[in-house]
Parts: sequence; structure tokens; C-alpha cells
Amino acid sequence: MKKMFSNKKTLTNYITYAGVILLFVILQSMSAAGGLSSALKGQLVPVCAYVVMALSLNLTVGVLGELSLGHAGFMSVGAFAGAVAAAALKDVIPAGGLRLLVAMIVGALFAAIAGVIVGVPVLRLRGDYLAIVTLAFGEIIKSIVTNLYVGMDANGLHASFLNPTLHMEGGKIIINGPMGVSGIAKISSFLAGFLLIMVTLVIIFNLVNSRSGRAIMALRDNRIAAESVGINVTKYKLMAFVISAALAGAAGTLFAMGQNTVSASKFDFNTSILVLVFVVLGGLGRMWGSIIAAAALTVLPELLREFSEYRMLIYAIVLILVMLATNNPTFKNFFSKIFKRKGVKNHE
Amino acid sequence: MSNPFQKTKMVPVPSHSIIPERDLGKAPILECQHLGIEFGGLKAVNDLNLTIGRTEIAGLIGPNGAGKTTVFNLLTKVYHPTHGTILLDGKDTSGKTTEQINKMGIARTFQNIRLFSNLSVEDNVKIGLHNQEVYSTLSGILRLPSYWKKEKEAHERALELLSIFDMQDMAGMKAGSLPYGAQRRLEIVRALATNPKLLLLDEPAAGMNPSETAELMENIVKIRDTFQIAVLLIEHDMNLVMNICEGICVLNFGEVIAKGTAEEIQGNPVVIEAYLGKKKEG
Amino acid sequence: MITFLNHLINGISLGSIYAIIALGYTMVYGIAKMLNFAHGDVIMVGAYVCFFAVSSFGLHPVLGLVLAILICTLLGIVIEKLAYKPLRQATSLAVLITAIGVSYFLQNAAQLLWTSNPKMFPDLFGGAAIRLFDGRLTITVGTLVTIAACIIIMVVLTLFTGKTRMGKAMRACSEDKGAAQLMGINVNRTISVTFAIGSALAAIAGVLLCSAYPSLVPTTGSMPGIKAFTAAVFGGIGSIPGALIGGVLLGIIEIFAGAYISTQLSNAIVFLVLIVVLLVRPTGLLGKQIREKV
Repeated sequence: MKKMFSNKKTLTNYITYAGVILLFVILQSMSAAGGLSSALKGQLVPVCAYVVMALSLNLTVGVLGELSLGHAGFMSVGAFAGAVAAAALKDVIPAGGLRLLVAMIVGALFAAIAGVIVGVPVLRLRGDYLAIVTLAFGEIIKSIVTNLYVGMDANGLHASFLNPTLHMEGGKIIINGPMGVSGIAKISSFLAGFLLIMVTLVIIFNLVNSRSGRAIMALRDNRIAAESVGINVTKYKLMAFVISAALAGAAGTLFAMGQNTVSASKFDFNTSILVLVFVVLGGLGRMWGSIIAAAALTVLPELLREFSEYRMLIYAIVLILVMLATNNPTFKNFFSKIFKRKGVKNHE
Repeated sequence: MSNPFQKTKMVPVPSHSIIPERDLGKAPILECQHLGIEFGGLKAVNDLNLTIGRTEIAGLIGPNGAGKTTVFNLLTKVYHPTHGTILLDGKDTSGKTTEQINKMGIARTFQNIRLFSNLSVEDNVKIGLHNQEVYSTLSGILRLPSYWKKEKEAHERALELLSIFDMQDMAGMKAGSLPYGAQRRLEIVRALATNPKLLLLDEPAAGMNPSETAELMENIVKIRDTFQIAVLLIEHDMNLVMNICEGICVLNFGEVIAKGTAEEIQGNPVVIEAYLGKKKEG
Repeated sequence: MITFLNHLINGISLGSIYAIIALGYTMVYGIAKMLNFAHGDVIMVGAYVCFFAVSSFGLHPVLGLVLAILICTLLGIVIEKLAYKPLRQATSLAVLITAIGVSYFLQNAAQLLWTSNPKMFPDLFGGAAIRLFDGRLTITVGTLVTIAACIIIMVVLTLFTGKTRMGKAMRACSEDKGAAQLMGINVNRTISVTFAIGSALAAIAGVLLCSAYPSLVPTTGSMPGIKAFTAAVFGGIGSIPGALIGGVLLGIIEIFAGAYISTQLSNAIVFLVLIVVLLVRPTGLLGKQIREKV
């Protein structure tokens, strides 16, 4: 009997779903039983947000094959758009969960729009030039959000750029320029984070295993050949980029709604790089790898607290060593020999 | 045995060609008029006139650097010609992109193999079917009924197309891990999947041994007969060219130096001087 | 008019620093095809070395600069040997992440060694040198030294890559490493020398940068590093004159945007100009257009 898909790929996808569910159940029950330190508990929502960030960036870098150094910009757009939506809808939708959902959709939508604005010019460029322009856009988004003032009064929303005066009658300020958003009603939860990860996985896995996903991967493997079989380069590049941006936006909303305060400086170049590190360490196009790398490397600095000031130094050394171990031919042969001896042999 | 391609959309269409008598009186599939391109003053292709019949197997030959692949790149708009026009099935192709050219009916293979090497053999063919088995991205993500229906069709057609070269058992293998000859054959299958009217093959026999080449020759003829399409091929293997090409065009320094049947070309002193006379192999 | 001239001179001065940093990026990129994100942090190390040499050991600023150049050159060679050389065959993304790791390492090592409290970098060049228009337009010695340094470095590098054996080897390696090796060029040594030169330039840039903007912290190098990288791309990465033009233009745009449009948005405007330039010329002002062979 012939199967519709290559078995191995579908199996990996199901194992990934199962693993995420299992981890959620374990952590949730540990958390309920008081088995998690408060520091670790506080990390649950950010971990989920970074996992979604890594997954979405993996869509751009691993599946589409374009290096993006400005992914945090989309997270930023999602965080602030979502924060405004959540604050504005506080009285309309009292239920936290539903409000978070709406806020996430708003965040994803705004990030998607930013994705289109960035993607149309950026995706015409190639390689390192594309990478530097995504970096530039990330910094531009940061500058814009840093100088944005949004407030709400009885008349609705007021926004102002560069100028802190909002001409409001009473009301309250939601985004206060460089100070960002403060006094956030924390409506994000670990459950919401888990659900967002699952939705992200479904979107990415189903996309990759569909006509459009194959077109995207064809562009990655060989653009000229892809064009020669009638694939619209701009359309599919933009599609991958915008879906990736929208998911990052949702992750941004999730993240922001789990913090007391967020400012634009949180989503800078270093955050983009951090997420890229998750993706590369987890493996390009390998979604479960991104999940593990993002989760482990977000929690790791917390666990290294006892080394206090040395922890970031250790982190840097570990990062370099891992890259050397996984990419140097000598090291690689060494590891593959060990695996062969264990009898893990691939069919050839 | 029944026709193995009956289930495909590519049912035979009635057509005829130029040099073979069966195409007499029919419009050609491809007409190039005064086609040319310059790279910074260098005329890589100059004043090329070429007509190919509906179901003709045509050969484009010439010494290395004669501009043969450049002609393919012009036909598929990888390069945009600086002079002349290309008519595909009577329609002007100027201003079109590579992608649109494929949709209009030209598919090609590449001299330096360009497969989607990280993807499976089957996925490579399915990507060729991109504009044949169409459903929206959304129904793909949500796995709506159209997704299941079209995916099933794509799967079946991919295997069917692979069966031309007896490659259906390799469907699950990674394209990049195939042996060289199989990679060349997969490129042909992928090109055929786009349902072309004209198939361009860039050195299809390169790197193949004589028995593989013989098999390839049979298959090229079989493909033409089954799909009733035109084939234009670049090849250095003169045995292949002289045996299966009905019309041959000889290129040297970007210009056509001779056109005609195999016998005419073989007896042409200009060709022998420019090309066959100097040639050591083949 | 005089304010305009003042801004222009400041812009050229800042741009000269960017150009010197961008040269390091461009040379390393040209030969190793890697984005060396740790380059900005070598600048920071150079500035710290000079700071301690001058403030703590009372050395003459010139000696401080020489010391900074020596230590950064050594640092550049060591980084290349330990972190980048083992990855010569690896994907560019792997090398990029390693460079980021090196950048983290240098920043955090600096933080441990020298804390994150800002150090006030001494003014190495004294006060105003030239006063024009009744003292309304002043050009400091620092500015003059910076611009002069940039011009000298540019001339020397152009002569070096054009005339010397090593310079020619560098150009050969950046064209085609395999062919260069077949011609008997020691590719590994050439790459090491390139890193050494780039790092020495970073040290000079670090000292000049901190004399102009004296607050020195472990992250001092990051933003100028990114901007200089932008400048290198702007001018066409891999091109030495491109780095000069890109750096100077970027400096001028940054100062003018800050002065006439908005200080908060000056960075955004710099990046916006980069994007516009790349859209018009996808490989930068002086970059080579590369046609993919089909």
C-alpha cells in the first residue's frame, strides 16, 4: 500500500505535537502542586512566547531559507498593538481569556501588515543584503515604537508620534513613548501560551506539507528551477514572510500580556539575534529543535543564577562550543562514529 | 498494455511539425525571429531565427560556448533578449517572466542539475504539478476537502509521471541523494509535470553511459509520442542527436551556421569545419 | 550657514570613524564571506586598553594607541584561529552564530573585568585647534586627527591591496579561494592577516570613537559596529572605496538627520536611507552586480 506522505515526516510532526502536550501537562501539574520555583513559574509565559518566536523565525530561515535579523520588530508590533487592544477592550470584554485572544489576533494582524510593508522591498534582495535590511527594519520599528504615544479617553483612542501631548480629556495613557506600556493587566497564562504553540505548529506543519509549502521550499532549494516550473517567487516568499511575522506578532502579544511593563527597547537587535540562535541551534527547518532550543535557552540563564555574573559568559562559551561541535567536520565525524557504533544506522 | 498515461490530463492533442511531414500546414509551436542578446557589447546570441513544429524533436548543437544554453535562457526569460521576438504558439512572449513562460507552455531542464535537492523525489514532481493541482493556501493549512482531493490526485500523477523512467520506487528518496543519471531523469519528469507544449532539454545525456543514453533516446521519443509535445534539446552526444532529432540547428559564436535534417547537417562542410571537424569525442 | 558647516564637519568626523570600522567589516567579508558581528566588540576592547594605558598607567596617548592596536591585532588572530577557522567549511549561518557567540563573550568578559560602570575616556587631543568666523566655527584636533587617520588608512590600504604580495593574495582569495590555493597562496595565513588588519583598524576606531564620545561601557562597540556594518553594505560590501564612501555618507546623514529632523529618529533615518539605496542598487553603491550562472 502506498502512503500519501513520506511516513517519517508525518511521524515527526505527531511526535512533536505529543511532546508539547506532554510537557504542558507535566509542567502544569507540577505548577499546580507547587513543584516549580516562583522564578521558573514566571518564566512559563515568556518561554512559550520565545518558542513561538523561534518556530515562526524557523519558517523564514529554515523553510524559506532567507536570513532575517529583525524578527523582534514583528514581536514588538504585536506586543504594542495587542497591548493597546487589550487595554481598549477592558470594559467591552471583561473575560481575560477572550480578551487575550482578540488582542493576539489584533497583534498578529498588525505584525502581518508590518510584514507586508517590510517584505515587499526586502524580499527583492539576496542573501546578506536581505539580512542587513531586515536588521535595518527591526531598528526602524524600534525607533517608531519608542516615539509612539497612545492614550484612551471617553472619545476613543488618541495617538501621537514624537509628541507626548495627546490632547485627551482625562483618560489614561496606554503607550508612553520610551517608557512603553506599564500597569498591564496580566491576562496571559501558560495555557494560552501552550495553545498558541499548538496553533503555530499546526499552521507551520500543514503549510509545509501543502502545495504552498512545497513552493516555498522549492524557492529555498533552487529559486531558478522553481521559477522554471511556474512558481511565483514574490508571492510565496511574501507568504512565508508574512505568516512568520503574524505568528511573531501573536507571540509578542502573549509576551507583553504576561509582563508588568514592556518597552520598545526590549525588542531590539539582541532579541532578534537571540531568537535566531534558538533556530540555528535547534536546526534549520526542524521545528522540535526550535522548541527545545528556545525553551532550554530561555530557562538556562535562570538556572545558572548561582553562577550569577558568570552566567552570560558561560552562555557565550557554550554557544561557541556547540557551534564548533555541530559544524566542524572533525567533530562531526567523531559524533557520527559514536552514533554508528550504537547501531543507529540510516537506510541508504 | 494500455497507455500508461491515460489518467493524466496530458491527453494527446492533435498536432504536426515542420520537417516531419505530419506537421505540414500547422502553425509551429515556437518561432524565434532575429533573436539576440548582448552582454556588455558581446553578442552572445545574434540574429537567431528558429522554428519548431508542434511535435518535432529538434536539436540545438554547436561547440562549447556557442550560446546554446543562452538560447534556452532567452526562451525561458532567465535573460531578456535585447533584440527580436519569440512567439510561443503564435503568442508574443516579450515582457513575460520565467514563471509566466512556464505557464504559457515551456518547461526546461538544466545543464548543471537544479533539483530541489533537500526534498523527496515525489515532492520534486509535485512542485512541477504546482499549477496543475491547485488549491488555496488556506485550505492547505486547514486541510479542507479540496486539500485531500488535490493531494491525492497530485500523488497519483506524480507516481504516474515517475513511471515513465521507472522511478516510482524512488518516490520517497531525497532528490539530492539520487545517482547522477536519475537526477537528470527526475528533472525531465519535473518539467513534464508542468504540462508543457515545448520541452527544453539541456544536455540530457551528459554523464550517462551508452546503455542509459539508449534508454533515454527511447524515452524522449516516447514522451513526444505520448504527450504530443515538441522537444528541443542541446546535446553533445552526436549519436543521440543524429538518431532522434528531426530538425537540427547548429550554432557557432552565437550565430546559426546551418539548419536541416541529420543527413544535411552531417554533410554540411561549414558544420564540419566549425564543429565536427575539430571534435575529438563522439 | 555656520551651523551647517559645523554639522558637516561633525558628520565627516563621525563618518570617518564609521569608515575605519567598515573597512574591517568589508575586508573580512570580502575574504571570509562572513558577517563578523564580533567586530564591534573588538572596538570596545581597543578603547578599554587605551583607556587603562593612559589613565591608570599614565602612558602617552600614542603609546596607548599602539598598545591597543597590538592587543586587538592579537585578539583578532586568536578569535579567528579558535572560533572561525574550524568552521571554514561550515554554512555561513553557523559562522554568523559563532561570531555572535564571540560578541557575547567579549561583552560579558569586559563586564566582568571592567564592570558596566561607564568610564570617562580622557580627551587625548586637547581642545579646539582651528577657530574660524570669530570663533563661531571650531574644529577640534580630535576631528582633524580622525579625518586624517581615515584618509591615511584608506591610501595605505589601497596601496597595500594593490601593490604588495600579501595584498594581491588577499584579492585573489576573495575572488576564488580554491584557485588562489592552486596558485600557491596560503589561504589560511591570508585570512589570518586580514583579520589582524581588520582588528588593528578596530582598535584605532575604538580610540577615535571614545575620544569623541567619551562614555565607555562594555556595549560601546555594538551600535557603532552595526552602523559601520550598514555603512559597508551601503557602499557595497567587499569594496574598500565603498566602505569609505558608505561610512562618510552615513556619518553625515546621521548628524544631519539628528540636527534637522529629529534626534530620536536619527538612527531610523540612517537605516531608511540604507534601505532606499539597496532597493535602487541591490549590491550597494560600489558593489559588484553578480549574475547567477544558469
